[in-house]
Amino acid sequence: MAERWTQDVKPFLAKWALVAVPYLWSLLFFLAPFLIIFKISLSQTAIAMPPYVPVIGGLGDFLAKLSDFTFDNYVFLTEDPLYYSAYLSSLRIALVSTILLLIVGYPIAYGMARAPKSLRNALVMAVILPFWTSFLIRVYAWIGILKPEGLITIALQSLGILGPDEQIHVYNTEIAVFIGIVYSYLPFMVLPLYAALEKLDATLLEAAADLGCPPTKSFWVITFPLSLPGVIAGCFLCFIPIVGEFVIPDLLGGSETLMIGKTLWAEFFNNRDWPVSSAVAVVLLIILVVPIVIFQNQQKKA
Amino acid sequence: MNKSTSWFNITSLVFGFAFLYVPILILVVYSFNASKLVTVWGGFSTQWYVELVHDQAIIDAAWVTIRVGIISASFATVLGTMAALVLDRYRKFHGRALFSGMVYAPLVMPEVITGLSLLLLFVAIGFDRGFWAVVIAHTTLTMCFVAVVVQSRLVTLDRSLEEAALDLGCPPVKTFFLITLPLILPGVVAGWMLAFTLSLDDLVIASFNTGPGATTLPIKIYSMVRLGVTPEINAISTILISVIAVGVIAASVLSHRSQVEKEKAERAVFLAG
Repeated sequence: MAERWTQDVKPFLAKWALVAVPYLWSLLFFLAPFLIIFKISLSQTAIAMPPYVPVIGGLGDFLAKLSDFTFDNYVFLTEDPLYYSAYLSSLRIALVSTILLLIVGYPIAYGMARAPKSLRNALVMAVILPFWTSFLIRVYAWIGILKPEGLITIALQSLGILGPDEQIHVYNTEIAVFIGIVYSYLPFMVLPLYAALEKLDATLLEAAADLGCPPTKSFWVITFPLSLPGVIAGCFLCFIPIVGEFVIPDLLGGSETLMIGKTLWAEFFNNRDWPVSSAVAVVLLIILVVPIVIFQNQQKKA
Repeated sequence: MNKSTSWFNITSLVFGFAFLYVPILILVVYSFNASKLVTVWGGFSTQWYVELVHDQAIIDAAWVTIRVGIISASFATVLGTMAALVLDRYRKFHGRALFSGMVYAPLVMPEVITGLSLLLLFVAIGFDRGFWAVVIAHTTLTMCFVAVVVQSRLVTLDRSLEEAALDLGCPPVKTFFLITLPLILPGVVAGWMLAFTLSLDDLVIASFNTGPGATTLPIKIYSMVRLGVTPEINAISTILISVIAVGVIAASVLSHRSQVEKEKAERAVFLAG
């Protein structure tokens, strides 16, 4: 009996526990919250006020409240053009900045992959290092640079490009948001690109060159198609979180930049309207489900 | 490789890294500015650091942040390593697709959604917002990053050592602690550090789940930034950046050195044999 315990039952229990512990944690703290956010988005504003009163009591209470479910919050989202344009503007900003990231990141990743082998690890380290330092601080660093009386204005004035009374007005515009996003997300774009480019077989390019293919053409015919997995991974890794970005548009975009992350934040912290902010989050989630599923399938293949 | 492309490569690297590092350098330089105006250089001074040491609110926030970071990174490392083992070893079980989905989704999930949904869970189950809510939130977010880092290490692992131990009758749990864990330790340590810095860094999720007495440093910095750019923020930022940079560089040098020593030892064994 004791032998059976150590031989059959104990390994089985160990295996079961190994699966169960992280599984239950994720179910409770990752999946369950989404069900709750969905539930609250269907409840009336008054139910969730004041914010500290628990919304779900026992199961009976929960069932009783089923009849209270309302789509009012979603209807509200369609009625106010603010939300509609915030979603569209978020998608547009995320799309444009992902393309900018690809344009800025590709040459860096390419240069890293073509650097001498001894240097490559140091270069990867140098790309990762800023990612370890605080996101908030990196965004903050740009305020002092982009402000009308900031360092770019001072530099341009001292070069004589701007007159002493002229200033650069980039801060609190969408351009500042693009700069901030490209700056903050660059490692997420460069690293997958680098991983794909580093694996590239150099003999293919040599063969192409031997057969008289010009370098620009062999780039588009060989290098770029072979780096596509990295391009796709990098684009999704950037695009999805950028759509819901809050810190960058809040600190650099000013009032004229409309993004849904900012709207959700304002709805929650300033208006204290939990059901509407839940509805905003659910719609955002629905918009992002397709890219997230594609990203996950990519991850599994990799 | 012809000359023009390598010239292009060098230029793109120089500009790329300048773009990544110059803003941080400027931030650090201006933390030593004597002038209260952030953009006007008024001479070298360490007065902002002195003021920082006397700012009790910031010291409290820093202490909360470090405690949240250490506890959540440790939980996340255990959970994330378990998740990585499950994903690497158990190819087929009921709900595997859901599990891998839950492991990878938080990597790209916008923080506003994660933060708000966790807060609503805590309210629904009657759990007080505050220190432990932030710890749980950060554990949930960062365990996914740990899982990815550890999994990439597990993929390259030589399974024959484990199989040998199991064949010789070593129980699976003991095999894990004696064989597997030491082999994946660099990945586990890197995972812990990544989890710690992510926790140190997080503003959005912490803002949703924090409560009285649990103001973290990013929340404090954010409220200061909203009031304007001050040299004091530059000073805290510089301290944070240097602590993290020293930690990361030290860790990578250590792991590089152990790698080099291991290779040297292997070469010596090979030559002697």
